[in-house]
Amino acid sequence: MESTKTIWSLLETVHDPEVPVLSIVDLGIVRDVRMADGHPEIVITPTYSGCPAMDVIRMNIRMVLLEHGYTDIQLSTVLSPAWTTDWMSEKGKQQLKAYGIAPPTPVPIVCDLGLFQPNEAIACPHCGSYHTAMISEFGSTACKALYRCEDCREPFDYFKCH
Amino acid sequence: MNARHLINYSLHLADNALVLGHRNSEWTGHGPILEQDIALSNIALDLIGQARYLYQYAARLMNAGERPAVPGGPVAGAAGSPVTEDQLAYLRDSWDFRNCLLVEQANGDWGTTVLRQFLFSAYQYYFYRELRESRDGELSAIAEKSLKEVTYHLRWSSEWVIRLGDGTEESHARMEKAVDQLWMYTGELFLPADYEQSLAPLGIAVDLAQVQPLWTTRVQEVLKEATLTVPNAVAQKGGKQGRHTEQLGYLLAEMQFLQRAYPGCEW
Repeated sequence: MESTKTIWSLLETVHDPEVPVLSIVDLGIVRDVRMADGHPEIVITPTYSGCPAMDVIRMNIRMVLLEHGYTDIQLSTVLSPAWTTDWMSEKGKQQLKAYGIAPPTPVPIVCDLGLFQPNEAIACPHCGSYHTAMISEFGSTACKALYRCEDCREPFDYFKCH
Repeated sequence: MNARHLINYSLHLADNALVLGHRNSEWTGHGPILEQDIALSNIALDLIGQARYLYQYAARLMNAGERPAVPGGPVAGAAGSPVTEDQLAYLRDSWDFRNCLLVEQANGDWGTTVLRQFLFSAYQYYFYRELRESRDGELSAIAEKSLKEVTYHLRWSSEWVIRLGDGTEESHARMEKAVDQLWMYTGELFLPADYEQSLAPLGIAVDLAQVQPLWTTRVQEVLKEATLTVPNAVAQKGGKQGRHTEQLGYLLAEMQFLQRAYPGCEW
């Protein structure tokens, strides 16, 4: 038990390379940590199928654990149940906001097929205004949409519900 | 159950996703505006990611069984070395690919590209919804994951089809032309190949007859909203059996060039 606790705390130091403020634990992609004869087994799940950060994250997990003396690290991927933004921790959401990325809303309202839906009310992470507009549903990475604040005029990323 | 059918089915699904993902990636850096360039590149990434899961699964099945299990395929490198996802993507030739003809069609203009995406996303959406219930745990998990992504693709492409079809005189005329070009490749989506006929009664493959009415309803709704007419066209077929249009050869020549010129190259 003690040893998996150590692994979890080491995983807290592995960050999403695209959103460096967020650890992979807060992002909610670490599904399980086990120890087998002193060798760690880690189960992760991807955010999006094509997320290029996943390969880097796998490598960084190995690097951190190797630096701390662990060998024969087993890394596996599970797809089900599929990751949603609900897996992100509250701490993670606060960190995103402080970093300038609007965190996912608690109630996903655009994850369906309805066309030309009104934009979600997303608060600007800079000034807090809800007077914002979506520029693009697909932002700089698959997990983000691009918004603009109509009050402070700053563009910002929104970690979209998924 | 015939292991060969399951391998071919996984390859068919993987090839669909990879070929369309590659076609979309040809737009990267060339999109009409930056936001839509990024949108289509993100869709390409999702599709290529889905293809990777499916190729990895096919490779595991091939390595577990007696090889060569796949027709047309001395795809492994040296005898005895395991098959990898990269070999399946980069070292098979066009007659080994089992993707539908629709996804390999050339990009054409932006309207043709978004229409192709719409016709296929509508298919993938209802298809993956069914595949979630597959008795094959791996395929079901991949479907569950992919469905969330395809929901975005279908909404995005539906909106573009409507925007352009019900847009200006010029955009409407181009969309009518795109429908005429692509419609003949949609019939094949619902013609089951032998591997589908064998796996569907076992609850592993999707029964395409369940998907077709849902697809038809959705597509007709969107095309009607877009003021586009559905043509009568003879269904072209053969892609699922490895008989492709000329288009696929050009695509593979570009996509596979590096691995064929510099085998095993990594960077």
